[in-house]
Amino acid sequence: MKKGYFGDFGGQFVPELLMPPLIELERAMDEILYTEDFQNDFKRLLKDNVGRPSALTPCPNLSKDTGVNIWLKREDLNHSGAHKINNTLGQALLARKMGKKVLLTETGAGMNGVAVATAAAMMDMKCLVYMGAKDVERQEPNVRRMEVLGAEIIPVESGTRTLKDAINAALRRWIATQSDTHYCFGTAAGPHPFPLLVRELQAVISEEARQQFLDRTGRLPDAVSACVGGGSNAIGAFHHFVPDESVRLVGVEAAGSGEEGCHNSAPLNLGTEGVLHGMRTRLLQTDEGQILPSHSIAPGLDYPGVGPEHAGLQQSGRAEYVTINDSQALNAFKLLARREGIIPALESSHALAWALENADDLQGQHILVNLSGRGDKDMGIVAGLI
Amino acid sequence: MMTSILTKRIREANAQGRTALIPFLPAGFPDLDRFWTELEALDNAGASVIEIGMPFSDPVADGPAVEAASLHSLELGVNLDYILDGLIERKGRFNAGLLLMGYLNPVLQYGPKRFAKRCEQAGVSGLIIADMPADESTELRETLDAHGVSLIPLVGLNTGPERMKLYAECGNGFCYFVSVLGTTGQRDELPAEVLQKLQEAKAAFDIPIALGFGIHKPEQLEELQGLADAAVFGSALINHINEGGTCTSFMERWK
Repeated sequence: MKKGYFGDFGGQFVPELLMPPLIELERAMDEILYTEDFQNDFKRLLKDNVGRPSALTPCPNLSKDTGVNIWLKREDLNHSGAHKINNTLGQALLARKMGKKVLLTETGAGMNGVAVATAAAMMDMKCLVYMGAKDVERQEPNVRRMEVLGAEIIPVESGTRTLKDAINAALRRWIATQSDTHYCFGTAAGPHPFPLLVRELQAVISEEARQQFLDRTGRLPDAVSACVGGGSNAIGAFHHFVPDESVRLVGVEAAGSGEEGCHNSAPLNLGTEGVLHGMRTRLLQTDEGQILPSHSIAPGLDYPGVGPEHAGLQQSGRAEYVTINDSQALNAFKLLARREGIIPALESSHALAWALENADDLQGQHILVNLSGRGDKDMGIVAGLI
Repeated sequence: MMTSILTKRIREANAQGRTALIPFLPAGFPDLDRFWTELEALDNAGASVIEIGMPFSDPVADGPAVEAASLHSLELGVNLDYILDGLIERKGRFNAGLLLMGYLNPVLQYGPKRFAKRCEQAGVSGLIIADMPADESTELRETLDAHGVSLIPLVGLNTGPERMKLYAECGNGFCYFVSVLGTTGQRDELPAEVLQKLQEAKAAFDIPIALGFGIHKPEQLEELQGLADAAVFGSALINHINEGGTCTSFMERWK
């Protein structure tokens, strides 16, 4: 397979001025990432600062209600509240070993921004966060958290004033500041080597979950379900199960309101092939190749593209990708809170909703749901809706 | 390979002792009708090559002036057919070489073969794709070559000798040298290392070198004499038109 590709997807579609820092990063991955020294430091940080291994939690009440044995991988219990910290701590550590002084990133819902700001504070690095002006308005608590952590927030006024525009702006900034700055890409997307790097750092999720599941049940799950926006939590949850052909890998995209013609965040199901943000992947776009606005009730899924490895897994048939709409996700959100005492992120609620909506077909099966983050951040969105 | 008309036009200007001028105008700017008038004005005012912007919703290499113009063009309904149909209708009217600049995704969706064929029909001699480095360009380059359209290499201050060589081996038309580590837009001073790096590029390429990004006043051309064969300017022209000027009035300063 061509370097940096997953099937037909991936690549490095960036201005030439970004190739040197991408080559530098790829070289650092080869020379640093897999060394014992780096891996020991990374594992120590994950244990001491993130709280890993995260728990594997059964859901006895929901399982009784539905007839499906539902298990949760609890990334919501991580420090800073989501799976994002696995990636950002790893990239920050790598960047520091590369001699970089600044962590640059983008954020939509704010969770990646909070995680990068956290990592930057821990590593004594400066942190710049690009965020769509619309997201700055609707994710105010996370903006405050980032500021408290010492990050500089730069609102982006161009385009749709959301995540995709924040990525454009961050890439532009990186062109200008590449000598001392690492772009801490927030998801398993973008130009090579980011999809690979983020996958390697998030694979700790499935590495732990697979062993925990075997230890607890003596078997593998029948399916692993994870929500897919850019796709980092899902690729992390899938990775160590990919060779286990008996395990269904189910990526859950956001269908928005679910009505025909509505904005959605489901490029794997409703998009077409194209190139954006440095990668060939599936995109929400017009027939003329202009990028369409996306929508989900879960801000972290609100992205018109998807990481190329997911497009490759879909192409090969190893993983299946389905959609869940806003109201189905809200129902799952409510049920997990009221039946198990766990408030999930709206993003993760999509993954749980797949198991609940398909309970009739999953009777007696063991389903592992990756609970990628906690729902504290979503209180403003769900107020009055459940 | 035949010498590109882009190379010829730049060399003609150089033979007259001047730096060739390559103005950039986004398609459909400032409006759907006036764009064509302004394009002809650029040609009449002595542009050696005219670079026409193909609008894209997410122009990651562009600064604020070009991005705003590009998004405005999209709102007006500009697409590749507007550009190519309009150029086919006007074929033969331009003395300047014609070049399209944009991003890969609209070209992919249009279909590279269809795009290349229609570029040939329209008299378009070159293409700049801002988000496609040499590593990803083989297939498109071969498709364009078959229709006599050059894929213009882009290099910059951080392009090392190996990658400079890579572009020199596959480049045709002219080499676009990006003068700053940043996006398009006006800057008062060129970085000091530009002159040194331009010398490296001159040595690596046997096609003309055009300097772009940050060029906005004729005085800047003086320090480029002998190093840059051509100068590209876009943001300054867009700003001039936004302030009520025309391409004709803008180009007068540069003659």
